[in-house]
Amino acid sequence: MEKPVKDAGGGSERGGRKDGKATVNRRDFLRGVAVAGGAALLGTPSDAEALHDLTGWPNRVGMLTDLTECVGCRTCEAACNAANGLPAPEVPFDEKSVFERKRRPTASAYTVVNRYESAKGSGNPIYRKVQCNHCEEPSCASACPVRAYTKTPEGPVLYNQDVCFGCRYCMVACPYYAPAYDYESALEPKVVKCTMCHGRIKAGGIPACAGSCPVGAITFGKRDKLLKIARDKIRKSPDRYVDQIYGEFEAGGTSWLYLSGVPFGQLDFPTNLPRKPIVENTKGFLSAVPLVLTLWPALLGLCYTANRNKEEKG
Amino acid sequence: MNDNCLVKEETYPARFLSKLTMGMTLSEYARKLVTPFNVVAVIILFVGLPLIGLRFWKGLATVTHASNEYPWSILLGWGLFSGVPLSGTGYVMATAVYIFGFKKYHPLVRLGVLTGFMGYLFAVIYLLIDIGRPWRIYYPMAVSFGPTSVLFLVAWHVSTYLTVQLLEFSPAILEWIHARRTRKWAILITVGMTIGGVILSTLHQSALGALFLMAPGKLHPLWYSPFIPVFFFISSIYAGLCMVIVVSTVAARFLREKADQQFLDSLDGLTVGLGKAACIVMFVYFALRVVGVAHDDNWALLSTSYGSWFLAEVLLFVLLPCIVLTAGVKRNSATLVRLGAFHAIAGVVLTRLNISILMFNWNLPGHFQAIVPPSREVFIVLSIITLHILIFRWILNRMPVMREDPAYLEDRH
Repeated sequence: MEKPVKDAGGGSERGGRKDGKATVNRRDFLRGVAVAGGAALLGTPSDAEALHDLTGWPNRVGMLTDLTECVGCRTCEAACNAANGLPAPEVPFDEKSVFERKRRPTASAYTVVNRYESAKGSGNPIYRKVQCNHCEEPSCASACPVRAYTKTPEGPVLYNQDVCFGCRYCMVACPYYAPAYDYESALEPKVVKCTMCHGRIKAGGIPACAGSCPVGAITFGKRDKLLKIARDKIRKSPDRYVDQIYGEFEAGGTSWLYLSGVPFGQLDFPTNLPRKPIVENTKGFLSAVPLVLTLWPALLGLCYTANRNKEEKG
Repeated sequence: MNDNCLVKEETYPARFLSKLTMGMTLSEYARKLVTPFNVVAVIILFVGLPLIGLRFWKGLATVTHASNEYPWSILLGWGLFSGVPLSGTGYVMATAVYIFGFKKYHPLVRLGVLTGFMGYLFAVIYLLIDIGRPWRIYYPMAVSFGPTSVLFLVAWHVSTYLTVQLLEFSPAILEWIHARRTRKWAILITVGMTIGGVILSTLHQSALGALFLMAPGKLHPLWYSPFIPVFFFISSIYAGLCMVIVVSTVAARFLREKADQQFLDSLDGLTVGLGKAACIVMFVYFALRVVGVAHDDNWALLSTSYGSWFLAEVLLFVLLPCIVLTAGVKRNSATLVRLGAFHAIAGVVLTRLNISILMFNWNLPGHFQAIVPPSREVFIVLSIITLHILIFRWILNRMPVMREDPAYLEDRH
């Protein structure tokens, strides 16, 4: 596994996408880093605030799933299973009966495809592929008390089981219900989730699901480029798509983007998420912590001094 | 020389044994242990403890309802999220007596600190059963730091506070084993430990609420509030006060001979006093909950069925016990205050269960089927509660908690 360069927790501390719209190019990013280094070395505070406007790693990759293309063949599930050396499924990958109930990623499946009947009742069913969305500012990483998660510069969010003690707060914090846990394991349970085939990406390849899709419903590429592709598609076929790219802004944005022909809520996508990264919700609390640590001893000491010689009746 | 050694060898084990059996002979002690309560306790432990073993043999899936959607079950909903506010007893009593100078509450300080210490100890025990690799529980403190996590703060504070509470309670242990010189040192740090305890409690009581700030889409909007850390902290104050009333009531009834006359004589008056403090805090808390609804403009949600449940919690389990407490204080009736205190405690537990279990994932299909705990998990919880009571009683029976050891009267703290 590649050595994590930037921890997502620290990354979220430094800001990230504040308005969800800002983009950063390489030069701005490097300048930000240079300013930070310069500020640290020389103590020039004037541009230091530029740090807070960093909007993520440049050139990070992403995936675009076009749900209007997906035919529910489950080839991606099989390819994922093989690429990650996961245990053989209970029912074979060409078995369609699995669609009778809604499934979710589990300790033995990084990704699953679910079927939804078309809203109008007449059209073809709609298929939705589910897996970790690899958030721009992952809640799992911000929530993890032992920093087991890393937002890699390439884009994928990775989990390291070597430090995990199994509190499962990442699962509470994930708005997409993506991480699964190995509840069957008595002594070595771990969290399991999609890695976006990080190893393959680093080696110049593409994720197994995207590579295997026979209808090209999953596109791998730079996230910025995928957003442009998605917007183009919507513009060219406004009747085919709802005018939304799911994952562009949700909870600060995700690496995995979706296009759909029906409103995303009908396909069980969470539609009640804030635009800003969820970690923003805890920042107010966490910034009050040092205040309590410094103010309380003084105030309580004052109370103690004022009352120490108080005589009380009764 | 040889003789001397022999005498010592006979004396120490004998003295130690007599400490444990409270001066009785072993057979006397064993006979006294056979009571209806103990028989029931043993039966519960007989079922529950092997189930805890099962968790470490076959995995959490065999004993809890926890799942990929519901990572936290009643082990934490009860053991951690309800247990910790009820253990606010230590910091509220120590603060009242040592910092604010309400010295007449001194007879209740040790009981408060012991209740707190035991509560945290058992919260950690629930945690050790629940988390995947309990032997790594110190990892947030030593191996890998995740300072952006609220749970990182909780881990640090709960572990530190457990130590602080042990130190706060240590004078009682040291008096029990007659370690007079060490006790002097333990008493010197009282004020420092108390202030440290308030800081830690302020932060981790509120942090337990702040944990849920990371789940805005999952917790019902009536319970999800940016004020949730404040709600948790403020309610821990009255939870602590009411829990002291509850514990002292039960202890004074069932372990009356372990309390001294001063304790028993002052108890009713102190109970009313604690009730007075509790009802003031509860009025503030009730107002805050209303402010919480107003802040997010959630009034419309009150007319839904979730809204009725919310109103039931806030009116019947916050406002009503608060009114009972107020009436008790007005009439100077310790009985009424005790009634209100039990009611208020039930309310705190209900709130915590609402947030951690009942209203978490409220919008998932099949939610109310998913949260019903399996009987195995219920028995695990029951057996830990039983163990908690047994150890608590064991300490009250032996150490000077509800009484003052006459040998140390001149050097009270």
